[in-house]
Formats: sequence, C-alpha cells, structure tokens
Amino acid sequence: MSVTVLSTGLLTTVQDLGRPGHAHLGVPRSGALDQPAHRLANRLVGNPATAATLETTVLGCAVRTGRAVTVAVTGAPCAVRVDGRPAAWAAPVRVPAGALLEVGAATSGVRSYVAFAGGLAVTPVLGSRSTDLLSGLGPAPLAVGDELALGEPCGPAAGADVVASPAAPDPLLLPVLIGPRDDWFTERSLAVLTGSGYRVSPTSNRIGLRVDGPPLERAREGELPSEGMVLGSVQVPPDGRPVVFLADHPTTGGYPVIGVIPAAALPAAAQATPGTPVRFTAVRRRR
Amino acid sequence: MSTRVLRVGLDALLVELDDADETAAFHAELQRRRAASVLPPVAEVVPAERTVLLDGVADPDALAAELTGWCVPPLRATTDETVTVPVRYDGADLAEVAALWGVAEDEVARIHSATEFRVAFSGFAPGFGYLTGLPERYRVPRRAVPRPAVPAGSIALAGPYTGAYPRSSPGGWQLIGHTDTVLWDPSRERAALFSPGTRVRFVIEGA
Repeated sequence: MSVTVLSTGLLTTVQDLGRPGHAHLGVPRSGALDQPAHRLANRLVGNPATAATLETTVLGCAVRTGRAVTVAVTGAPCAVRVDGRPAAWAAPVRVPAGALLEVGAATSGVRSYVAFAGGLAVTPVLGSRSTDLLSGLGPAPLAVGDELALGEPCGPAAGADVVASPAAPDPLLLPVLIGPRDDWFTERSLAVLTGSGYRVSPTSNRIGLRVDGPPLERAREGELPSEGMVLGSVQVPPDGRPVVFLADHPTTGGYPVIGVIPAAALPAAAQATPGTPVRFTAVRRRR
Repeated sequence: MSTRVLRVGLDALLVELDDADETAAFHAELQRRRAASVLPPVAEVVPAERTVLLDGVADPDALAAELTGWCVPPLRATTDETVTVPVRYDGADLAEVAALWGVAEDEVARIHSATEFRVAFSGFAPGFGYLTGLPERYRVPRRAVPRPAVPAGSIALAGPYTGAYPRSSPGGWQLIGHTDTVLWDPSRERAALFSPGTRVRFVIEGA
C-alpha cells in the first residue's frame, strides 16, 4: 500500500540516515537534517532509525493514506490533522485507510518529520532512500500526485515518550573548532566571525546554512587546491560570507574552511528560520 | 615526502602533501593499509589535488601522530587492475585541443590513448573522476564559456586532468571524445567505474 501526495509545502523530501561512506566517489552523505527529530518520529511508530521519513520545509505537507497506518510528526512543531480533526504532534497517531493526513505549517522552526509505521519503501540508492538535492541521487522531491510505497510495520509503537515542544533556536549558537584553513584569513576575521551579529539567510538550504553579516577578510590571495569537505565545514566563498555545510554538501571544495561546527550542533541549524541571529563561538578541542 | 596533518573538526584529519605525485603515493599507501586492516577504522578517505581527508576517525590525535612516521614508497606502475574504456575521438573541441598541442587531430587520439591514466580523485558529480597521466605539456585551459549541457559519456580535458562526464551536466572542459561505457550506475556492485586509485586506459573505438 502507499500514500498519495496532495500538497508538498515549500519542499518535502524523503530522508533517512543518508549514504555516508561514498564521499570518495563524489557522493554527498545526505540524510535528515534534524536527525534527532527523524529518529524520534521513527521510534514513536515502532520503526528502526534507518526507516525513511518525510522532511517538510516551513509549510508542511498533506497525504492520503492507502491503508490504516500509525504516523508521528516531530521536528518543527505544527498542527496535525486527520480528516480535518486535530491530532497529536510528536505522538503516535492512528490514521484510517483513505484518510487525509495534514501536516501544518511550522509554528516555529523549519523542518517537520513524518514517520509512517513500516517506513517509506521508495527504492534505495547506495543503501539510502534519502533525496540528495546536490547530486540528484535518491527520489526526486515530492510532487503532488506522487504515490509513495509503505513498508511493512515491524515493531510496536513506543507510545510513552513525553516530548517537549522544542523552541526554535534564537539565537542559533554554533560552536566552531577553528581550522583547517584559518591561516587563509586575517586575525581580525576570526574576531569578526566570533564577535559579530550574523543572521540566518533566506538562501539557506539542505546544502548549506548561509548567513548574512560582515564578510571575512582573506589574508592571502589565490586559489586553494580542491580538498575534501566534512559535515559542518564553515566554508568562506569569495564574497566573504560563511556557509555552514549541511547534509547535502559537496564532498570536495576549493574555498577555504575557517572552522568546523561539530555535528551535534547542526540539528539546531536545520531548524533556524531566516533572520534568526547566529552566534559563532570558538571552542577548543579536548586532548 | 613532507606530510602535514591538519585537524578538521572533532574527528577528521586533512593530510597535506607537497604535490600530486606524493598525494597519489600517500593515497595508495592508505589503500594498502586499509586493505590489510592495519589502518584504524576511518569512515571516509577522500583524496583531492594535494590532500587526503580522513573523516570519522576514532582517535584523530593517535592517527595523526602515526601518519607522520609512515615510510611511503613512491607510486609504482603496478599490476593494479586497469579499466579499459573505448572512445570515439570526435569531441567538439578536438580541433582546438589539437591546435593547443600543436599536433593533428588523429595525433591527439593516438597520444591520449597511449597514456596510462590513474584516477586521482572524484568530485563535481557522483562518479566524475579526475584522471592524471598526461605530461605537463598537454595541459589545456578550461573553455572561456562553459557549455550549459555536456553530453553523458563525454571525455574531456582541463588543466592536468582528463575527465569523463557520468551524466549530462554543465561543464567547461574541452571535449575530445565520447564513450558509450556506463561510468556511473548506483544499482551495480561497483557504482563508479572510476574510483580513486583506479588505472584507466582509453582505446580508440574500432581501432
């Protein structure tokens, strides 16, 4: 059985834990941007964390379910409705066969996650069902009329979780481990990065969180030979405005990386709405 | 060989080498050690022009200390598996490349197909390999104006590299030919025909 897509909001994609391990072939890791929310949604409906969910963007989505199925909506808080009746957010919800499931616009944050018991059974590519917006691997972003197959439910729903509605990050706090290419920037640039008011740019996407604010000044001219990039890299293109690499980031890049945000801080970045103040803080590695 | 190791985030190392040859040799050494299970677990090994990134390293400090003490032999012409790719040398920029090289068009095909290439690294798109092997005198610049769509299977040159487009995409490389060989297919066991370290030989189709 399947679900039929009736509306897709700004952008709705299928996501799981991504396809790490193929970066040397030019394949981004991809996967849910807010992994704790993705994992929670799966747990609430009795799925393993590897099951595919829907990741919405700002405006939610709507689907009609072909069979009765337990669903859970987590991540950005939003109104959940089944055939027009209010249903619980961040809790298992029983949706009858043929019912309309509406995931409303985010009341705070950006991305909600919709898990279906059994998971979405779209065809995996390199071991993952994630949509990768950079390289086009995995299923295309959802379009109205799409039919998505559902897998077989494999475990009981975990109904007992009490989930506090997360506040959207404000300000967004991003700890930065300085380097590897901090020597490409002036001393002053490091102070500017950690001492200035940046804001989340509306041009942010699954590839990177872009910020508006003072540009960072290079200490040297020329081009850096292309090198491998990690999740959370703070790459600085020629315009001097830092970009924080998220799950669909390119595997190599030629602009210098001034620092790296640890992965644990990135789910918050995925939920920061445009205009949110961003504070970068330099942190030291524990040895 | 001078090996500089830079820390990247919490659990990655960026190993910086002096030139492309040292980078290739170091990457080959990593592959040998990984195959022999004497390298501590690493989630990703990503070679590039002058660096190799090791991501997802359990104890980066220990590995960083170990790496700098390695004795890395220069890259040998080995008996590694070689992938053979038939090419029709009829690319849209063949005449321009011939002019840049100062040879006839069929001579471009002869020189290119007589070269042993090695995939130095991948990037740009899944399965797009950057192949080295052509002598320095055959370097060509990128096109001044990139094409909005380069056909899948195009064999092309830019700087020191030969590349092959796994699928149609925009591109600024100089097109010298075309192959029908499928370069990227995520449904097969080996998704990318060209992965870093693979030896490649192009042969003139029908010759």
